[in-house]
Amino acid sequence: MVKVGLASLVPPYGTVSRVAAIQNRKSKIAVIQPETLNKLKAAVAGVQTSEFRGEMRAVVSKAEVFSALRVLKEECGFDLLVDITCVDYLNYRDAVDRFGLVYLLASTTTNERLTVRVFLNEPELSVPSAVPLWQGADWMEREVWDMFGIHFDGHPDLRRILLPEEFTAFPLRKDYPLQGRGERHNLPVLTRNRS
Amino acid sequence: MAVDLPENVVVSKLDELASWCRKNSLWPMPFATACCGIELMATGASRHDLARFGAEVFRFSPRQCDLMIVAGRVVMKMMPVLQRIWQQMLEPKWCISMGACASTGGVFDTYCVVQGVDRFIPVDMYVPGCPPRPEQLIQSIIDLQDKIQAEGTITGKEFDLPSRQGKKRALIELPVITLPGSGRPTASEGVLRVGRH
Repeated sequence: MVKVGLASLVPPYGTVSRVAAIQNRKSKIAVIQPETLNKLKAAVAGVQTSEFRGEMRAVVSKAEVFSALRVLKEECGFDLLVDITCVDYLNYRDAVDRFGLVYLLASTTTNERLTVRVFLNEPELSVPSAVPLWQGADWMEREVWDMFGIHFDGHPDLRRILLPEEFTAFPLRKDYPLQGRGERHNLPVLTRNRS
Repeated sequence: MAVDLPENVVVSKLDELASWCRKNSLWPMPFATACCGIELMATGASRHDLARFGAEVFRFSPRQCDLMIVAGRVVMKMMPVLQRIWQQMLEPKWCISMGACASTGGVFDTYCVVQGVDRFIPVDMYVPGCPPRPEQLIQSIIDLQDKIQAEGTITGKEFDLPSRQGKKRALIELPVITLPGSGRPTASEGVLRVGRH
């Protein structure tokens, strides 16, 4: 009887060919060009940029966020809005501001990527909506509204996207208890009599 | 006076006959919301052969089912759907809570996950496991069959017993906080005990 090992039966889908595939991939993330950032800095006042592990980040003020995003889209070629998300820095070490709103942008032509941040504090938790620039911002902003309570001015349909409409809290805020405030228990009960 | 019965005649009680029919033709309603649903599918597939116990006919219409199998975590937004499906099922009906999440919430002790479906719908059998093996689910169906045979009546009056109507543990342990008027829980009125319940 000929014994056949498992390894001889497995097609070469293992790590070696996969690494080679990744290395041969043409669409590597490009280093952001200095003129791209210069264009942004020339158009919008008070932009701070920094680099972390080869990725560029820009911090803009709340008043300038829409014009900065517009410049980035229309003049710098960031045609793809990858994500909008938010971070609650409550009780975070050395944090100055409460919320950090994050826009992840990418260019499908040059493969550049840029992270744009806006810091927000209560009670002024509203920023202009990015839907006029990217249609894809619609549901992302609804999710940020749902979880953090950041209001997006000019959004066409700012409703909760995941939680029930009658939910009152913003559960991803750090001052919201993990087990909630009784929402999960406050439902009608069906007994055998009533069903 | 002794009566001679022909060989092909069996005497039984009507309740036991009805229970015997019911227990051997359970039609499950697969309410599968998570990974337990995969084990539920495996249970219904050929390898584990649920047809040996007469419960292989999974139907996705609650009107055709009499055994709800809740397989997976249920969030509070899903709970009204589950209750509606339960109400649409025909009497007599039973419910199996399959897996840790459906029975207790499992590891998902968060604001949106219901901590056990038995807080809001009646449950007859609990299956431990994360997820349970198909053998465990089959065992729970066998146990449910024994339960149906033991206490079943043709009119279903066992469901009206006070023991079946008692309040579930959650509603005894946990206060439900409501604002006067709004009917919604708030932070200002008081916060539930946080931590292990």
